[in-house]
Amino acid sequence: MASGHGDSVFANVVRAPEDPILGVTVAYNKDPSPKKLNLGVGAYRTEEGKPLVLNVVRRAEQMLVNDTSRVKEYLPIVGLAEFNKLSAKLIFGVDSPAIQENRVTTVQCLSGTGSLRVGAEFLARHYHEHTIYIPQPTWGNHPKVFTIAGLSVKTYRYYSPETRGLDFQGLLDDLNAAPSGAIVLLHACAHNPTGVDPTPEQWEQIRQLMRSKGLLPFFDSAYQGFASGSLDEDAQSVRMFVSDGGECLVAQSYAKNMGMYGERVGALSIVCKSADVAVRVESQLKLVIRPMYSNPPIHGASIVATILKDSHMYDEWTVELKAMADRIISMRQKLFDALQARGTPGDWSHIIKQIGMFTFTGLNAQQVAFMTKEYHIYMTSDGRISMAGLSSQTVPLLADAIHAAVSTVV
Amino acid sequence: MASDHGDSVFANVVRAPEDPILGVTVAYNKDPSPKKLNLGVGAYRTEEGKPLVLNVVRRAEQMLVNDTSRVKEYLPIVGLAEFNKLSAKLIFGVDSPAIQENRVTTVQCLSGTGSLRVGAEFLARHYHEHTIYIPQPTWGNHPKVFTIAGLSVKTYRYYSPETRGLDFQGLLDDLNAAPSGAIVLLHACAHNPTGVDPTPEQWEQIRQLMRSKGLLPFFDSAYQGFASGSLDEDAQSVRMFVSDGGECLVAQSYAKNMGMYGERVGALSIVCKSADVAVRVESQLKLVIRSMYSNPPIHGASIVAAILKDSHMYHEWTVELKAMADRIISMRQKLFDALQARGTPGDWSHIIKQIGMFTFTGLNAQQVAFMTKEYHIYMTSDGRISMAGLSSQTVSLLADAIHAAVSAVV
Repeated sequence: MASGHGDSVFANVVRAPEDPILGVTVAYNKDPSPKKLNLGVGAYRTEEGKPLVLNVVRRAEQMLVNDTSRVKEYLPIVGLAEFNKLSAKLIFGVDSPAIQENRVTTVQCLSGTGSLRVGAEFLARHYHEHTIYIPQPTWGNHPKVFTIAGLSVKTYRYYSPETRGLDFQGLLDDLNAAPSGAIVLLHACAHNPTGVDPTPEQWEQIRQLMRSKGLLPFFDSAYQGFASGSLDEDAQSVRMFVSDGGECLVAQSYAKNMGMYGERVGALSIVCKSADVAVRVESQLKLVIRPMYSNPPIHGASIVATILKDSHMYDEWTVELKAMADRIISMRQKLFDALQARGTPGDWSHIIKQIGMFTFTGLNAQQVAFMTKEYHIYMTSDGRISMAGLSSQTVPLLADAIHAAVSTVV
Repeated sequence: MASDHGDSVFANVVRAPEDPILGVTVAYNKDPSPKKLNLGVGAYRTEEGKPLVLNVVRRAEQMLVNDTSRVKEYLPIVGLAEFNKLSAKLIFGVDSPAIQENRVTTVQCLSGTGSLRVGAEFLARHYHEHTIYIPQPTWGNHPKVFTIAGLSVKTYRYYSPETRGLDFQGLLDDLNAAPSGAIVLLHACAHNPTGVDPTPEQWEQIRQLMRSKGLLPFFDSAYQGFASGSLDEDAQSVRMFVSDGGECLVAQSYAKNMGMYGERVGALSIVCKSADVAVRVESQLKLVIRSMYSNPPIHGASIVAAILKDSHMYHEWTVELKAMADRIISMRQKLFDALQARGTPGDWSHIIKQIGMFTFTGLNAQQVAFMTKEYHIYMTSDGRISMAGLSSQTVSLLADAIHAAVSAVV
């Protein structure tokens, strides 16, 4: 039974290129070489190079699943209420006045990406300014999420290649030149991809500037606890802004700090001037979520809530989290030492100064390509490497590759 | 530290009304009456009025979670490959030529809603016609999903209140008048909210008309196996369209037939003219998903895949699924008999003729309001009741309420 049409109605659909970040793992998987290293995606690996499910997560999950009284009913559109409350306390602090005054609405979303997308769609519909300023550089997916949601994307200076540090004056100048009311994306800590964070003093200056110009902060918090090892310390930038009584959005991810990656667990919080506004904002967030996927998945959020609400499990979590953060810090030191030992040309101190999961090596695209071709080392083309993907065993291979790259390729 | 702004930047955000379907449960939960009945959301209940997790689902889940070799790494953007393949086989048939010819791309999405939204966004970006025709009436969330995705929504006649059956001539006339290439939403089986489905002969006429006008079918398959009790029978409408070699989209949900509700498990399939087109289409679907939530949740899809690929578990599932479908069919019979016994005015045969989880009672909004107020029976204001929410115990209460409503309220 022929359908009467020869051509596909999708004949003109163009093949899209592989995602630049996720595509690194695709390429790595295709590489037949026995000695290869994937430093692409920011997913934690143990010293043995294996993915890690935290002990406390495994326990909480088994507890939940072996409880046959639990069911799989739809969550409310805003997600698991307990999870939402606990997530707000985690990022804003247990004693946060904003929470006590009911000025915060928190909705469960699909990890960081989902929280950013829901927040951005809400702003595109309900906020008077549709421009968002993102740091240069930033996570590759940020501009796509915001553009699709209906915002127009501009950048502000952030990273200085010369100093491999923060271009603070450039940042202030660009935010100062932004139109009043513009939205500004801020990485709460452990900036991705550079690992370069403002100091507390610099954060305070940023806060003052933004509040004086009425710029709306939208925090992306994907590494709370992972940057310094301390959950409270890594939340300081966010709490500084909330303490001044002003408004902001916060996208939280549990992908890295709870190792929930593929379970897609996150939350979007909007801190408002009043409880009344927060109620109205929440009702509109529901209208964004309902036509996207109706309500969020139960499993991962239930595990996170179980851990956050139990003081023993919470403590266990902080210990396991700190162990991950410490291992990454030690990899930084090992890589730095290995390059020093090889007399690799250049100043590599940024490796131990940068914060979080990634090192922005400063290697250029040609050097990166060389390292992939000759040493089977995979990373994003901007020279970002995931320290979480390194181990004591593999540091020498990486150091050799970097040494060769900077010596032979310019 | 005042932020220098007195007003909220969200001061003008209006409070959105409660979702009409999910809001029924909100209202039900608020009702303090000891004797109340929730016939709102289409979630299956046992004879005891309790939510149900299928035995085979419980088993598969425990097996997976107690396997400590399993990790929580990110799925690919398109989701769990095994799940995708098995889902395509489930809806298109294990021997489907379209699958064998690699003409089908299947991507894991968040249940039915997520599959519809991803498909609609893809069409809005890559298909030349941006109008979608939806049946009158249809699931309340359909127009919102399509509109937000960028499609313009029109309706085609479907339900005839006079006959409480299909307005087949109206349907044909409206599809005939649609512009060539327009998208047409089709409920694969167990039409929601009416329970009125075309016969196989009528489906064949719809197919011929649509193919002759180049109308693009977009199937919503949320009740496969639930309507008749047979997975293959409930897939006939979809398979009829695929057999003719033409193209279509299919949104699959496992919320009801596997009881996965809150785990958000579904799949979007696009059947293309050629394998080459399918590859290109899939690459573009990834761009839609990446900017929405990056990649889908692992848990629910892993459970479904575990069941679908194991012949014993698959078989167990079909038995439990048929039991749910049979219980619903018996509730239909019991309600019909109860109304007959009461001599309730009117023809109630539609209760046993309609198919699937819902009965479109034909009660008007005033009668519905009466039943809620006087009998604490909750349903959507269009008179749709979820048969899955009834039990032998509660049928009499419902029959009394209907009897009173049609006698007292016109």
